[in-house]
Amino acid sequence: MSTLDEIMPISVRVWWTVAGFLALLGLWLGVSHSGLIEARMLPGPETVASTILRLMHESFAGSTLQEHLVSSLGRYLLGFGLAVLIGIPLGLMMGWFEWLDDLVTPFFEMLRFIAPISWVPFAVLWFGTGIGGPLLIIFSGAFPPCLINAYRGAKMVDKRLIEAVRTLGASNYRVIKDVLLPGSLPSIVTGVRLSAGIGWQSLIGAELIVVSSGIGYLMVQGQANFATDIVMAGMITIGCIGLLIDFSLRVIEQSISRKWSQGGGSQ
Amino acid sequence: MSAIEFHNVGRKFGAYEAIADVSLAVRDKEFIAIVGPSGCGKTTLMRMVAGLEFPTEGRVTVNGRVVRAPGPDRAVVFQQFALLPWRTVRENIGFGLTCTGTAASEKRKLVDHYIKMMHLDGHADSYPHQLSGGMQQRVALARSYVIDPDVLLMDEPFGALDAQTRTVMQEELVRLARDNPRTVLFITHSVEEAVYLADRIVVMGKKPGCIREIIDVSDVRTSEAWQELGIDEVMDLPSFVHLRTRVWRLLRSQMDDE
Repeated sequence: MSTLDEIMPISVRVWWTVAGFLALLGLWLGVSHSGLIEARMLPGPETVASTILRLMHESFAGSTLQEHLVSSLGRYLLGFGLAVLIGIPLGLMMGWFEWLDDLVTPFFEMLRFIAPISWVPFAVLWFGTGIGGPLLIIFSGAFPPCLINAYRGAKMVDKRLIEAVRTLGASNYRVIKDVLLPGSLPSIVTGVRLSAGIGWQSLIGAELIVVSSGIGYLMVQGQANFATDIVMAGMITIGCIGLLIDFSLRVIEQSISRKWSQGGGSQ
Repeated sequence: MSAIEFHNVGRKFGAYEAIADVSLAVRDKEFIAIVGPSGCGKTTLMRMVAGLEFPTEGRVTVNGRVVRAPGPDRAVVFQQFALLPWRTVRENIGFGLTCTGTAASEKRKLVDHYIKMMHLDGHADSYPHQLSGGMQQRVALARSYVIDPDVLLMDEPFGALDAQTRTVMQEELVRLARDNPRTVLFITHSVEEAVYLADRIVVMGKKPGCIREIIDVSDVRTSEAWQELGIDEVMDLPSFVHLRTRVWRLLRSQMDDE
């Protein structure tokens, strides 16, 4: 242990993570080569890795892995972006105008219980399997955290700040833009991060059912061809991209909340 | 016409009567200090002028118009400063001017003027959390003065400051009141502060909140030229001591009623 630390002075906790990862990989390797489970059902990690590499320059289900990924990401960014652009202003406005709160909240609270995947039949009927259907499904997943966190953030803003700017002649627009928005920024960023995660999950769900390209579609085609390695390659891609999205937003979230607490937002 | 008028103002919260039958006429450019035991409704009275709360009986008028909403003609200075933490000193002071749509060059000139006047030079680009309490309250005062309000409402503005800073700020305020006279409602717990600053002192009682007595200080202040003296000199004057004792006795009797 001490020699390891001397060679690579990384904290012990990182080693636990590495150990866990290696153990899982070892288990997978062992079981897949033991003959207990058919190779067709459980391809080994080396097979899945080579499948990923193969999918990157050979078309499957109409496109390469990167092309599927680009098509998924495009759809995702559109739905997620729409959720952010509508959810944050609406949430802030609900935190300021009581009538809007009373108008939207009951309706929203009910819709919230319809999971993104439960939107599929309706989304297909109304918007088809092109861009519209999947967009609605991602939106239904990504929208609530944006709205709720902006709303709660706005409600938590120090009332004295709001009163102070109102006595200085601030309009409703200025109260929202100059006080509620900056005052609830940490909460909003957390909402955006949650929304990014749920949006990504919802997208794959949507693609399993409705589209003709994308990672979800690739997996469905893999399943139809009884190619477990392709299905697993798709799952690994989803996991890695999800992790990447979450990680980058976490970094942004931490830097903003650090700045904000320094700025005496707690005053 | 008086600048601020309370006409038989009352405020009830359900069955609880917080304020009953308050009538007061504040003259233009008059400095009024309000003292009273906690819970006598002095902050509520001030908030009614600001348009942040409303009477359940009677009415409050400013320059003859009934108060229905907050507005930049009535600036408020809060005890906790209430500066925007994500804005610099310059941006905080200029906030009201931005709201009223003042031209950028004019705004810059005015903000610079008040930065100098409040001795905030060199801190224009600092954020509130980088300043001491006294300096933050100077920023809040500048922010209120810069929009040129008819009425200034101050709710224990120096209550959160240490004793020395407080004294300095009281002298600053007298200087400001002399150079830029405004109608001021000033709430305080400090009898000395009230006597030193005010033209008239309103002593309130509670259960329900009401005006017990109004004491005129302006004659003595003018004849002895208090505004030309430091606070320590004023506090040694027999007239000051006499007034202070009088206000203090009144206040004591309100507290003994409990």
